[in-house]
Amino acid sequence: MKRILSVLMENAPGALSRIVGVFSQRGYNVDSLCVAPTHDKSLSRLTITTQADDKVIEQITKQVNKLIDVLKVVELTDGSHVERELMLIKVATRNELVRSEIHRNVDIFRAQIVDVDSNNYTIQVTGTSDKLDAFAHTLGQTAEIIEASRTGICGLARGDKALRP
Amino acid sequence: MEMMSGAAMVVRTLKDIGVKHVFGYPGGAVLDIYDALYAQTDVEHVLVRHEQAAAHMADGYARSTGLTGTVLVTSGPGATNTLTGIATAFMDSIPMVVLSGQVPSMHIGEDAFQETDMVGCSRPIVKHSFLVKRAVDIPEAIAKAYYIASTGRPGPVVVDLPKDIVNVQDEHPYVFPTDVTMRSYNPTLKGHNKQIKKAVTTLMEAKRPILYVGGGAVTAEASSLITELAEKLNAPVTSTLMGLGAFSSVHEQFVGMLGMHGRLEANKAMHNSDCILALGARFDDRVTNNVDKFCPHATIIHVDIDPASISKTVAVHVPVVGSVDKVTEQLLEQMGKVDEKAQKAKLADWWKQIAQWRQRDCLAYQTDSKLIKPQQVIEALYKHTHGDAFVSSDVGQHQMFAALYYPFNKPRRWINSGGLGTMGFGLPAAMGVQMAHPDAVSVVVTGDGSIQMNIQELSTCLQYNLPVKIISLNNRALGMVRQWQDMIYKGRHSHSYMDSMPDFVKLAEAYGHVGIRVSDPAELDEAMARCFSMTDRLVFMDIEIDQNEHVYPMQIKFGAMDDMRLSKTERT
Repeated sequence: MKRILSVLMENAPGALSRIVGVFSQRGYNVDSLCVAPTHDKSLSRLTITTQADDKVIEQITKQVNKLIDVLKVVELTDGSHVERELMLIKVATRNELVRSEIHRNVDIFRAQIVDVDSNNYTIQVTGTSDKLDAFAHTLGQTAEIIEASRTGICGLARGDKALRP
Repeated sequence: MEMMSGAAMVVRTLKDIGVKHVFGYPGGAVLDIYDALYAQTDVEHVLVRHEQAAAHMADGYARSTGLTGTVLVTSGPGATNTLTGIATAFMDSIPMVVLSGQVPSMHIGEDAFQETDMVGCSRPIVKHSFLVKRAVDIPEAIAKAYYIASTGRPGPVVVDLPKDIVNVQDEHPYVFPTDVTMRSYNPTLKGHNKQIKKAVTTLMEAKRPILYVGGGAVTAEASSLITELAEKLNAPVTSTLMGLGAFSSVHEQFVGMLGMHGRLEANKAMHNSDCILALGARFDDRVTNNVDKFCPHATIIHVDIDPASISKTVAVHVPVVGSVDKVTEQLLEQMGKVDEKAQKAKLADWWKQIAQWRQRDCLAYQTDSKLIKPQQVIEALYKHTHGDAFVSSDVGQHQMFAALYYPFNKPRRWINSGGLGTMGFGLPAAMGVQMAHPDAVSVVVTGDGSIQMNIQELSTCLQYNLPVKIISLNNRALGMVRQWQDMIYKGRHSHSYMDSMPDFVKLAEAYGHVGIRVSDPAELDEAMARCFSMTDRLVFMDIEIDQNEHVYPMQIKFGAMDDMRLSKTERT
């Protein structure tokens, strides 16, 4: 079962490796990991996507919380939340037919072409992971995908709930 | 503001924290710190012969006192040699600070001479670690290390110190931090009131309660509170290997150690209990046996300072996060006055049942053998130390014999590597104990396998006049491995025997100590008396024991707690 954890931790050297270490040493898997400092530069916020049942997610949460650098951990999938992922995808534009099909799909998926070259487009698309999967699949039916890079899921709880120090 | 070098700051910070002893070994990256240690008397340094032993010494020192043990080693091999000692302390939640040298900052990452990523190497086995980048940060990093190591669920903390920041030339202002608290680290000490109420209701309704006491009770110094609680409830008490002594083993309510080599009555009582109160114990696999068959009738209350220990292996019904002393105090308060007569009457059937299990006398062994039995050695040890020694242990059969046959009546007297099971732990641990308690009797119970894993420390013992008593149960084999091979591998003794054993008596003498060999049961008593009469000498007792003796009782794999072998031929 897909679980999303949101972690607030000190923006300290080595803090990220400790989190990743907990996952590898205790045999948990990481599907995606999204991390950056917050508006308060002393803090970092991570969103970790993993597969786990109730018992395992409880242990992951506790073990991550136990790290000295970690201030707070919540499971976003425990309540209503907003989750987004960003993908940059580069596709070959061999002929006019392919180019126009790409344009149509970019419009439908509300994506954006952010770089243009004589031979390819680089497209940015945001949304849920499902939407990104669907977009890549659709593009792949008419154009050759050269490369793609995804950020992994980041998310926030809906409403008043917040992760603050 | 006082100005001093980074190296001087390290020593000064230790002094200001109140550190009296440091166990270590010098080398290139820490020469400046060693220079600062020279010609000062506030912090006594103990020079070991191998860095692993430094960590175990600091560990034994910590376990026997409750203080934080301190280790100082150089970079590279000096640091990596401590890893087994750090892991040992980590598994048993022992407060320890390891100061490791590091190559100069500008050379980190260049594969410089004696460079290892100590913070990286130790990451899975420390509570926390610091790589200090500026000399002015040294006092705060070290002070925080001690704070983290000794509070909450204790554990080892590494402080990695690059050589350039501790050089003796550059001087910096020294400021000892007045506050080391952190917004991200706040251990919960007091239990939640709602949970306390629930726990008390459950305990008072129980007809077959049992207290299951672990190492957390020792850490929290909760002995008297637990005794008060046990007596109030009139409940039987069992202990893990790590908890021995937290509740007196000679108390009539004590049913013995539980688990893989636990007493029959302890495991039976656990399995048949309707309410288990776990106090600072973590339901590890050496206790529970098959978790699916674990104590099917019990409502489980689990008190632990570490939330992650709760419901990790066994799902519990009433979790209480908090330190054992605070929570036990809360339980007693919530309980108020208990009608002791009614409570006794309620538990009468339970005690009658326990008396029956006790009658089996699961620790009985053959006493008319021509060979010395290991059990008999531990009983003699108990007699000659009046049950009042600090007993450190290595790992193997002798460890279980010591745990089962030496009734500990005080906490911090039983010093053993429970979680990691580190052979080679015993001798240095007993040395650490002796450093902390110069006038006490510090014994190590060991075997011919374990003792050879840190035997070089006999040299350190001579240098610091540590009159440790080594009780070596010599069976010319790796006893516990051999026992499993007898039981599970049809007696195929693959690499579990040693056919080139040294002469331990001569070895002890070569190191300047006394060696005594005993092989006749009739001579054991007199030899033991001679050993303990030499109060100012290290005595190595090489005791030849019956090679074929197994440790019983022993849980049967995949079974419930009380599925046990009681001897080579009997089982429950």
